[in-house]
Amino acid sequence: MRVAFYRLRKFENILIKLLCAFASFFVILPFVLILVYLIVAGASSFNFDFITQLPKPIGEKGGGMANSIVGTLILMGLTFLIGTPIGILSGVFVAEYGNEKLRKIVRFSADLLNGTPSIVIGILVYGWIVSPMHGFSVIAASIALSLIFIPLVLRTTEESLLLVPKELRDAALALGIRKWKVVCYVLIETAKQGILSGILVALARISGETAPLLFTAFGNQYWTYRLDEPISALPLQIFEYAISPYEQWHKDAWAGALVLLLLIFLLHLSVRILLKKNS
Amino acid sequence: MGRMLFSSQHNTANNDPFELAHPNRGQKFKENVFTLLVYCCAFTLPTLLVFAAYELTTKCMPSVSKFGLSFLFNHDWNPVSGHFGALPFLYGTAMSSGLSLLIASCLGIGTALFLTEFSPRWIQKPLIILIQIISAIPSVVWGLWALFELIPWLQKYVVPFLKDYLGFLPLFQGNFYGVSLLSGSLVVAIMILPIMISVTIEMIKSVPSIYKEAVFALGSTHWESIRIGVLPFIRKGLLGVAILGLGRAIGEAMAVTMVIGNRPEISLSLLSPAYTLSSVLANEFAESTSELHISALYEIALLLGAITIVVNLLAQLFIHGLEPLDFTKLFGKENQKKNLS
Repeated sequence: MRVAFYRLRKFENILIKLLCAFASFFVILPFVLILVYLIVAGASSFNFDFITQLPKPIGEKGGGMANSIVGTLILMGLTFLIGTPIGILSGVFVAEYGNEKLRKIVRFSADLLNGTPSIVIGILVYGWIVSPMHGFSVIAASIALSLIFIPLVLRTTEESLLLVPKELRDAALALGIRKWKVVCYVLIETAKQGILSGILVALARISGETAPLLFTAFGNQYWTYRLDEPISALPLQIFEYAISPYEQWHKDAWAGALVLLLLIFLLHLSVRILLKKNS
Repeated sequence: MGRMLFSSQHNTANNDPFELAHPNRGQKFKENVFTLLVYCCAFTLPTLLVFAAYELTTKCMPSVSKFGLSFLFNHDWNPVSGHFGALPFLYGTAMSSGLSLLIASCLGIGTALFLTEFSPRWIQKPLIILIQIISAIPSVVWGLWALFELIPWLQKYVVPFLKDYLGFLPLFQGNFYGVSLLSGSLVVAIMILPIMISVTIEMIKSVPSIYKEAVFALGSTHWESIRIGVLPFIRKGLLGVAILGLGRAIGEAMAVTMVIGNRPEISLSLLSPAYTLSSVLANEFAESTSELHISALYEIALLLGAITIVVNLLAQLFIHGLEPLDFTKLFGKENQKKNLS
């Protein structure tokens, strides 16, 4: 190899390394800054009133987002109730039941739904539930969120079931145990951890969804106790406050974002702890 | 083996002494109920998808029959006078997602290479965790950040610079009000970066290091070892990652709605406001009153859904190869094919 080429190649090597370092600098520095800024701006407008009081009309001091925080928790809980059984059982189907063709159809539709923009899902649920019921409602919102939740749970359930050793299943069957008992008490029991962490990650994902809530939950300035009434949720309230022209509301939006982030990180943290404890 | 046991189980159930004492009707009933439950749950998603396609197509019929294909090429969107054309939204979606994809793929591949190959080891793990944390931030929070941090920053530093040095291009002409195509694309680029980086890192790690070592042994530089020993093996996958990012960028609604300006105009300049398919849905759907308006919005939802589905299918095709999405196998046409060939 000639020396000139050697120098050229050496130079190229250094150039590419520099470019990559620059690229990651441009990516990672903003990431750090964004995180720091979100926490600082959120913390500066966060106080006790914020998590205990209802929103107040503009001009009055104080007020918070208590109803949105509770609303988000209600929506998450209801989505969990609707989505978990369906998600886990469809995951069981894809891993254990049916023939190859049926499994493919189920898996394929989960993938399609997973790739569908959440705003389109919101519109679908609007057509299915909100417009026949003549009103925005908690139940419509949690069904829309379930449609995002189920495919995620399905895939994680399938993956964790496939990780269960085949010997375990064969041993259980060799004892003459019925298939449904094997599935419930052996397979799901063994894959419990993976399924649970999948559910938590999916919950974290839906807790920040805003677009489908625009046409289903719609938002509400007061407390809601009924499932057929509009409900407020943190992301909705953040969106509304952010695009409003008032300074006070902008500050509240930051505080809301901080609460939402804390919720999401709490869920992710519990996944990490869960996975670390048993491994 | 397992499956054989499953199927033969019904005949040999009497071997269980418990079941000999109790005729196995109760157990069998439970078994059947459970199987039925599993089948029902599994087929909720496919059924809902069929209903979804039916609903979107029927609801957009008034608009389709009134405007036909001109819906796609008409740039007049006026709910008051009842003229609807989706061209500004298609243009806005194409521009914003294309631009964000361009930014994100350049930065993303560079960062992934840096994190897997060039960076010191101690820095890798914390940075990968940081990227995971960032990817969990919801869209609406990104919008909030872009509105109050990114836009002022752009206004102060970036746009004057762009205008001074690149102002002769039509891309950077006109007034800058903050909300613009540029801001929308940047925030979407930041949003899709984490997922692109982590998938790319996984792919680079999955290439066996033997190839790289072999190239090293021939006396190559570090970059050459990557170019010859790593990149050719993940070329298809990289394309898949890019298309995956594109799918996300097209479907992204909230952050874009907050910063893109929401004006149905077609302007060459990146500094002028625009509108996307998803943000027009976010803004107008809950407030639309006339039937034609709703129907036009349903048609936009159908367009958006169809585009993202096609893009996501392409991404999966490239990432996982052709196997998981073989349509001919899915619909049982493989026999016909075999007969023909």
